[in-house]
Amino acid sequence: MTYRVNINGEVRELDVPEDMPLLWALRNELGMVGTKFGCGKALCGACTVHVDGVAQRSCSLPVGSIGADSKVTTIEALEKTEIGRALQQAWLEEDVMQCGYCQAGQLMNASALLARNPKPSASQIDSAMAGNICRCACYTRIRDAIAVVAEKGTANV
Amino acid sequence: MSEQATLSRRTLLKASALAGGGLVLTASIPMVARAATAAAGGPAEATLNAFVSIAPDNTITIVGKNPEIGQGIKTMLPMLIADELDADWNQVRVTQAESDAARFGPQLAGGSFATPMNWMPMRQVGAATRQMMLAAAAQRWGVDAKGLKTELGKVIEVSSGRSATYGELASDAAKLSPPDPATVTLKDPKAFHIIGRAIGGVDSPRVVKGEPIFGVDTQLPGMVYAAFERSHVFGAKLKSANLDAVKAEPGVIDAFVIEGNGNAEQLVDGVAILSNNWWLANKAREKLTIEWDNGPWGDHSSQRYDETARAAMASGKPQEPIVSHGDVDAAFASAAKVLDQEYFYPFLAHVPMEPQNCTALMHDDGAIEFWAPTQNPQAGQGSVAQMLGITPDKVRLHITRMGGGFGRRLTNDFMHQAAAIAQKVPGTPVQLIWSREDDVRSDFYRPAGWHRLRAAIDADGKLTGFDDHFVTFSLPGAGAYNPAAMAPDIFPAKYVPNLRYAQTQMETRVPMGALRAPSSNALAYVMQSFLDEVAVETGKDLPTLLLEMIDGREKEPDERGFMGVSPGFNPDRMRGVITKAMAMANWGKPVADGHALGFGFYFSHMGYFAEVVEASLSDRKQVQVHNVWAAGDVGSHIINPFGALNQVEGSIIDGIGQAMGLAVQIENGGAKQSNFHDYQLPRMPITPKIHTEFVITDNAPTGMGEPALPPVIPALTNALFKLTGKRVRSLPIDTKLFA
Repeated sequence: MTYRVNINGEVRELDVPEDMPLLWALRNELGMVGTKFGCGKALCGACTVHVDGVAQRSCSLPVGSIGADSKVTTIEALEKTEIGRALQQAWLEEDVMQCGYCQAGQLMNASALLARNPKPSASQIDSAMAGNICRCACYTRIRDAIAVVAEKGTANV
Repeated sequence: MSEQATLSRRTLLKASALAGGGLVLTASIPMVARAATAAAGGPAEATLNAFVSIAPDNTITIVGKNPEIGQGIKTMLPMLIADELDADWNQVRVTQAESDAARFGPQLAGGSFATPMNWMPMRQVGAATRQMMLAAAAQRWGVDAKGLKTELGKVIEVSSGRSATYGELASDAAKLSPPDPATVTLKDPKAFHIIGRAIGGVDSPRVVKGEPIFGVDTQLPGMVYAAFERSHVFGAKLKSANLDAVKAEPGVIDAFVIEGNGNAEQLVDGVAILSNNWWLANKAREKLTIEWDNGPWGDHSSQRYDETARAAMASGKPQEPIVSHGDVDAAFASAAKVLDQEYFYPFLAHVPMEPQNCTALMHDDGAIEFWAPTQNPQAGQGSVAQMLGITPDKVRLHITRMGGGFGRRLTNDFMHQAAAIAQKVPGTPVQLIWSREDDVRSDFYRPAGWHRLRAAIDADGKLTGFDDHFVTFSLPGAGAYNPAAMAPDIFPAKYVPNLRYAQTQMETRVPMGALRAPSSNALAYVMQSFLDEVAVETGKDLPTLLLEMIDGREKEPDERGFMGVSPGFNPDRMRGVITKAMAMANWGKPVADGHALGFGFYFSHMGYFAEVVEASLSDRKQVQVHNVWAAGDVGSHIINPFGALNQVEGSIIDGIGQAMGLAVQIENGGAKQSNFHDYQLPRMPITPKIHTEFVITDNAPTGMGEPALPPVIPALTNALFKLTGKRVRSLPIDTKLFA
């Protein structure tokens, strides 16, 4: 069956089974490979996207469950928002990443956090980010980069 | 020993032989100048050697030779070239080398080798290229090169001040004969302007935008995806499979049996399923019914291994000696006090975030092309060629950025699987992807191990005897297997007068391999915990005991070496990091109520690290780590402080995570764990504050990927002893111990 899904502001047609996770529609049907496969069970957060601004695990989100009016945002469109650009800049300035594979999910989760809570406390950052595994364990830097954006705001990006 | 292991070891040995002196390795790095070549869509770019090309607009393209797994090597090695070349880092662009031993020398992400092996050769490449720039300018201006200098990508005549950019000189320079890199003059380190600067990862701007850069992001026209079903029982053979039922599933293009070659490091039996969407291929596995012959391996279990190992340790009769000196039995007979304890650590999986995958295309002429996330590409080319019966030059391998490695991708089984599948569909690119479950259950695990340790302490409180009965694994027909082995000079071997290490091996079919800081990640825990027991028994603390043990000792001769690049163990460097860590952590001073400090030191992969952990227990008796202080000595330069600190921090959290909750258990011949719900990696909330300082010494720089990990585990368990009086003698930490 064909589904129409708004992805990064563009309506895309997906001719897939309704239970196909959004992750695999993005990666293998649309060639949008920025969203990463990590566990397939919503355990690691590598596949995080936004659905109507809320962080969701695309590996466990069936295409058929996404409403026609919903808006999906992926890492490829992160730079379209001020928060997204501020986070990308902080990620580079703090040299957050090692391998970088989980970072799309970390950034999407962090941007959803800052969108709903622009000034999270240290413990709020920790608990909001606890669902995202970084196997290289760049946690000190992810934490610092989010705190930098929370402190400085997004005015300069 | 398996063929794969033989091949990879051979590659390592070849690499290390070359690296015995940087000069030898350098001579193997080609410096052949080539005519100017037009870059696609850009102006003519002059290729000066295998590593450096310069465009007329003064963009310098440097090739990063080694595989990037997150250790920062794609940034760090080009920094060495750029500094000696006197380039402006802002004009540098870095590209990833293909796997090609003839052009680039050894290419390997493992063993923390890259820094010691490439420190001199990469600098020499940069210096030789700079010399070509000077020569080209001298020729153009008709002057002596002695009156010229270089600065940030320009050659300048000192007397007149006239200058030319490298870009303006490059096409002339490319016509010159390149100098022998071994003969060029290197910079005075005081003049380094890139080495020592914190420089962000060269790929990071692309990563934060989600650009396709990892192996699994490879997309080729007409590419299909493959899922691969194998037995969870290690060593099982496929008898039959219901392929027709699977082929009828939605989206399935084809399904076929892959017959293994008997070598788990290459190709095991299984069924490959192809689809235009990996999820559909993987989902079709649910309809597979395969009949397996488990052979004698189907009832192997961790429990049985544990019972066998405990019985062996209790017998007091190891199978074979590892090392022995002095009179151990006499030391124990005359001891005033004997400690006698058993330690255990489990199998561990690597679980890099990017699941194993590999893209392969079998060409019509029988050549094969890979886009492979492999830490060990040259070994992969060789063993795939052998498996397919083609020559290695018919195997082209594009090295992709990797979502972590940790040693998992030193073994190229995924390449062999992809090759075997691609061979069935020549002309069609195939991307093999493993599920996380496949990854956790088809790993080459850090071997579990058991140690019965005894210490003899005399009436004066001196450690006079040390005895370790180590119980480890062997693979059928392979004998002692390297990542499960214990070297004879593991600390404290040479620092106790009467000492014996001996071992017993159990046969297993569980695949084993190197996990970040192999051997050391386990032995540091065992040895530094038991030495802490000795320290407590003799009324002192661990760093004091360690300093006493090495008191007055000189640098050891380099008799074992570390893959040929070891400078020998140096007690002065050990002393340096121990005293530094003590000072950083205010060791011996009061700490917060309910908190305690623990100490650990280890020497591995040529790096010296001493670490102090500050821990407490929550009301629910959960372990909390508040601070870690790390003092490291990896030589004269921290080439890229960004990368170096990131490696220390990552290693420390990695080690804490292993200690707090990681284990793979074997049940019914396979791994019980399968995904992140039962293999629980550390997450942000457990992350402590980490304070790192480097002790700079006059030694050639060495690698950072591994040596910071081993000491944090005993530092944590020693802190928990201080806190609770309970000794952690089995990993992962069972908090019931503190109830």
